[in-house]
Amino acid sequence: MGELKLMKGNEAVAEAAIRAGADGYFGYPITPQSEIMEYLMTEKPYETTGMVVLQAESEVAAINMVYGGAACGRMVMTSSSSPGISLKMEGISYLAGAELPAVIVNVVRGGPGLGTIQPSQSDYFQATKGGGHGDYRMYVLAPASVQEMSDFVKIGFEMAFKYLNPVMILSDGAIGQMMEKVVLFDPIPRRTPEEIEKQCPWATTGKNANRKHNVITSLLLDSHEQEQHVFKLRDKYERMQKEDVKFEKIQCDDAEFLFVAYGSSARICQKAVDIARAQGIKVGLFRPITLFPFPSEELLKLSSQIKGILSVEMSLGQMIEDIKLAVECKIPVNHFGRTGGVIHSPGEVFEALKSTYLGG
Amino acid sequence: MDIKDIIKPENIVYQKTKLFTEKPLSYCPGCGHGTAHRMLLEVLEEMNIQDKTVGIAPVGCSVLAYEFLDIDMQQAAHGRAPAVATAVKRLMPDKFVFTYQGDGDLAAIGTAETIHACNRGENFTMIFINNGIYGMTGGQMAPTTLPGMRASTCPFGRDTEIMGNPLKITELLAQLPGVYYVTRQAVHTPNAVRKTKKALRIAFENQKLKKGISFVEIVSNCNSGWKMTPNQSNKWMEDNMFPFYPLGDIKVPQLEKV
Ligand SMILES: Cc1ncc(C[n+]2csc(CCOP(=O)(O)OP(=O)(O)O)c2C)c(N)n1
Ligand code: SF4
Repeated sequence: MGELKLMKGNEAVAEAAIRAGADGYFGYPITPQSEIMEYLMTEKPYETTGMVVLQAESEVAAINMVYGGAACGRMVMTSSSSPGISLKMEGISYLAGAELPAVIVNVVRGGPGLGTIQPSQSDYFQATKGGGHGDYRMYVLAPASVQEMSDFVKIGFEMAFKYLNPVMILSDGAIGQMMEKVVLFDPIPRRTPEEIEKQCPWATTGKNANRKHNVITSLLLDSHEQEQHVFKLRDKYERMQKEDVKFEKIQCDDAEFLFVAYGSSARICQKAVDIARAQGIKVGLFRPITLFPFPSEELLKLSSQIKGILSVEMSLGQMIEDIKLAVECKIPVNHFGRTGGVIHSPGEVFEALKSTYLGG
Repeated sequence: MDIKDIIKPENIVYQKTKLFTEKPLSYCPGCGHGTAHRMLLEVLEEMNIQDKTVGIAPVGCSVLAYEFLDIDMQQAAHGRAPAVATAVKRLMPDKFVFTYQGDGDLAAIGTAETIHACNRGENFTMIFINNGIYGMTGGQMAPTTLPGMRASTCPFGRDTEIMGNPLKITELLAQLPGVYYVTRQAVHTPNAVRKTKKALRIAFENQKLKKGISFVEIVSNCNSGWKMTPNQSNKWMEDNMFPFYPLGDIKVPQLEKV
């Protein structure tokens, strides 16, 4: 049994990085996630596990440091919040193109533009539909608790190395800032250089006599070669869909209506479910944990018993598009959510369900 | 006499450096990139550090350097090589790391990464090919394009009133305490080539001694972008580039010399 602690979500990410055996963290300050680097700089893992922690000159530099580290087979990560994540997008596209493993944490705040430092879920499209240029996807995990902020760092690295693909932890300012109990997993030692070379024979660790030189690139000038490369990426994304979809169902068995929500919003919906159930309304909560791959199959299965879905997001409605595709528009799907950094209350969510599906 | 009688080991006076791959160079004939590559590889070979070296070549004509250099290489996004190299070196401090960047890359889009890696005193070698133009994209104005010099985006010559002055980034970087060794060389004559090779050797020896950034600028031609023959371009470089970018050491450590 791991160690029990009271921590902020952001601190849990930082602690989990050290415990997961990460080799490097590179970041640039931005609210509401600066505690991640502050925690690391205070803990000084470079004196204990040997993990490198560096404050970069920008988010652009930070993501490219991640690129360099990942290209050496190292377990490296960065974190930021919305405006900074926009800056990282070119680098993320390069990571995907060059098939490099990395974990990127987005503690989302309201936008567009400089926006607000309050929590939001308005970066769903950016995280799940590309964000950077080209035909690529990230594996996207959406934590709904401080516990998951910790756990998903470990899972994130596992997925990044399984698929050789960037992984995003799509959190928000509420989860990042709130304090909760968390059971920390036991520390995993960092891999030795020999272990890294064995696990990552493609890594640029210095050419030796036993192998050809390793090259990390995303450049394929011949369009037919580029097409083949993109097909290879597609196969990986399809494999994610088959093997690593994650979701949670809460009171769905007898549900006639469904909230679909992730992250903070799922926590709020859980309360709204209780309010509705207390009034005899059979509502369940379906919580996608991976936003890409989206749990479409499970949602479609569930939809046969459902009269209507309310997609509850802290945005104008972005995930709703994936829900509609998943249920093949067989049942009504509507959106409710506050945006711009405003958090909806369970009461508001319940009222929205009533006015949408139960004639007010 | 048959050609086979001539090509014999005892007659060889010059041959392909071992660390070149078998791929023919894709640079325009007469371009300085190939010679700069060769000097770099000769130094790595002489120091016997092929197995300990990781190179980073970002976007620019030399983005394909990984095709030709038989060492572990990373291709980086335009301008970002110093950030990439920072992580590589910090995560593998016992390896030799270098960046190989053009002027657009190092002194325009990547200025921030360049200055900050230098200012942090990262312990790697930066090789800066200054040809005063964007070669890869077809000859647009670069941060180092000379006043009055023509390029496709300043077809009437660089008007400094409108386009600003060329950036002497090398002199600027030499001011930073994290930068240990700064020199400006060329590869257009045998003598210049010898000096460049010596500079590169010093740069890698400094890295072995963990001295911080060693910065080797190579003023080079882009005969295609400049729309000249190779010979014309070398002459033009001597007459126009060198007065503005004078060759020689700019920052030399007091004690250590190879
Ligand atoms: C973000 C981004 N912007 C623009 C480009 C297009 N681009 C490719 S190479 C280049 C200029 C390269 O010039 P330089 O660094 O001087 O190297 P050279 O080709 O002259 O050797 C540009 C603008 C790009 N690849 N990426
Ligand atoms: S375009 Fe210029 S820099 Fe590029 S290979 Fe040709 S001559 Fe060299």
